[in-house]
Amino acid sequence: MKKAILYINQFFGQIGGEEKADFPPEIREGLVGPAMELQKQLGDDIKVTHTIICGDNFMGSNTEEAVERILGFLEDKEFDIFFAGPAFRAGRYGSACGHIGKAVKEKFNVPVITSMNEENPGVEMFREHIYIFKGGASAAAMRKDIKKMADFGRRLLNGAELLSADEEGYFGRGIRRQVWLKEPVTAADRVIDMLLKKIHGEPFQTELPIPELDKVPIAKPIKDLSKAKIAMVTSGGIVPVDNPDRIQSASATRWGKYDVSNLERLEAGVFKTIHAGFDPAAANDDPNVIVPLDVMRAFEKEGKIGKVHDYFYSTVGTGTTQGEAARMGKEIVEDLKAAGVDGVILTST
Amino acid sequence: MANLIPVAKSVGSNKIVPTISIPYPLGDPNTPKEEQWKLRYHRVGVALEALTADVKEQTVFSVKI
Repeated sequence: MKKAILYINQFFGQIGGEEKADFPPEIREGLVGPAMELQKQLGDDIKVTHTIICGDNFMGSNTEEAVERILGFLEDKEFDIFFAGPAFRAGRYGSACGHIGKAVKEKFNVPVITSMNEENPGVEMFREHIYIFKGGASAAAMRKDIKKMADFGRRLLNGAELLSADEEGYFGRGIRRQVWLKEPVTAADRVIDMLLKKIHGEPFQTELPIPELDKVPIAKPIKDLSKAKIAMVTSGGIVPVDNPDRIQSASATRWGKYDVSNLERLEAGVFKTIHAGFDPAAANDDPNVIVPLDVMRAFEKEGKIGKVHDYFYSTVGTGTTQGEAARMGKEIVEDLKAAGVDGVILTST
Repeated sequence: MANLIPVAKSVGSNKIVPTISIPYPLGDPNTPKEEQWKLRYHRVGVALEALTADVKEQTVFSVKI
C-alpha cells in the first residue's frame, strides 16, 4: 500500500473564506474536502493518509514559517507521493501549492503533483520544480483536474512508462530527454516530412520550439569608457586546459572564473575549449578567437578602456536549459557587480 | 557578440555585435594572424562602443570587417 498526502487551502479545507485566510497550517488525519475525490480517483492501492490545510494569506505572508511548520508535520509521516490543490486560477493558492510542493520535493524527494490554470502565476514560478497539470479556471473543474493528477500519480508510482509533458498534460519542466521513437524515423526524414507539410500548407509540429522572447531591461550606457572596467564572459567553454571546475561539455550547470591579470593573451596549451557543440580546433589553437584578451589588452594600453577585469568567466552554452543559463547568468552578474565591473563583452559560440 | 543573431534576439540580448562563425567568432584560422587580429580588434571595438550607446530597443551594431 502506497501513501499520499494532500495540501489544500483554508477554503477547500472547509475552514472558511477570505476572513479565514490567515489560518495557520494544520495537519489532519484522513480526508478533508478535495481529498475525498482524490482518494476515489487514486483507487485502492494508494491511501491518502493526511490532509494539510493552510490559509493562503498565512502562506503568502509567512512563507518560510508556513513551509517550516508543514515540513515539521511531515517529518514523522510515511508517504510516497505529495499532492497539492488543484488551485485553478487562484493566484495565491497556486503560489502556495508551488512553495510547499517545491519544499516537500527537495526535503523528502517524493514526486509532487499539483494542477493550475495556465493563467495562474504559480505556473511560471514553479513549473520547473514540480508537476503542474493544466487545470480549469475554477472549482467547476475540480473532478477533472483531480482525475488528471491522480491518474498520473498512480502511473508514476506503478513505474509505468511516462510520456512527454505535453502528452501527459502537465506544463513542461524545461527538461530534455532522449527517446527512441516507437517507429524509428531518422531526423533527415522527419525534417523533410515537415518541409513537405509546410510547402503544402499543412499543419506541422516543430521539434525545437523557440521560447518566447525574454525581454531584459536595457543597461544604462557607460558614460566614459576610458575609466570603465570591462570584463569578458563567454558561453564558448574556454577554460584552463585541466578544466579545474569540471564544467560540463554540454548541458552545463557550472561556470568558472579564471585569473588573467598577468596575461597579455590566452595561449594555446594553457587554455582550450571544452564545448562539445562545435569543432574545437580553431579555438584550441588560439583561444583569443573566443575570449579576445589580446585585443582587450591593446584597448587598455591605448586608454580606450580603463581596465580589463582580472578574471574572465566561462561556461558551455550547448544543450544548456534557459533556466540553468539564467541562474548562472545571475550568479556571474553578482560576482561582476561585487568587483565593480562597468561593462561586459559577452562572446557566444 | 554572436553569430546566431536571431537566437541572441530571442534570448533578450539588447546590444548585439555579429561575429564571423560559431567555432571561431573572432578570427578565421584560414586567414593570416594579422588579418585575424584586425578583425578581432575591429569587432571588439564596435562592441565596446556599443556599451556607450543609449539604445531604446534591441540593436544589432554593424561591422565593417
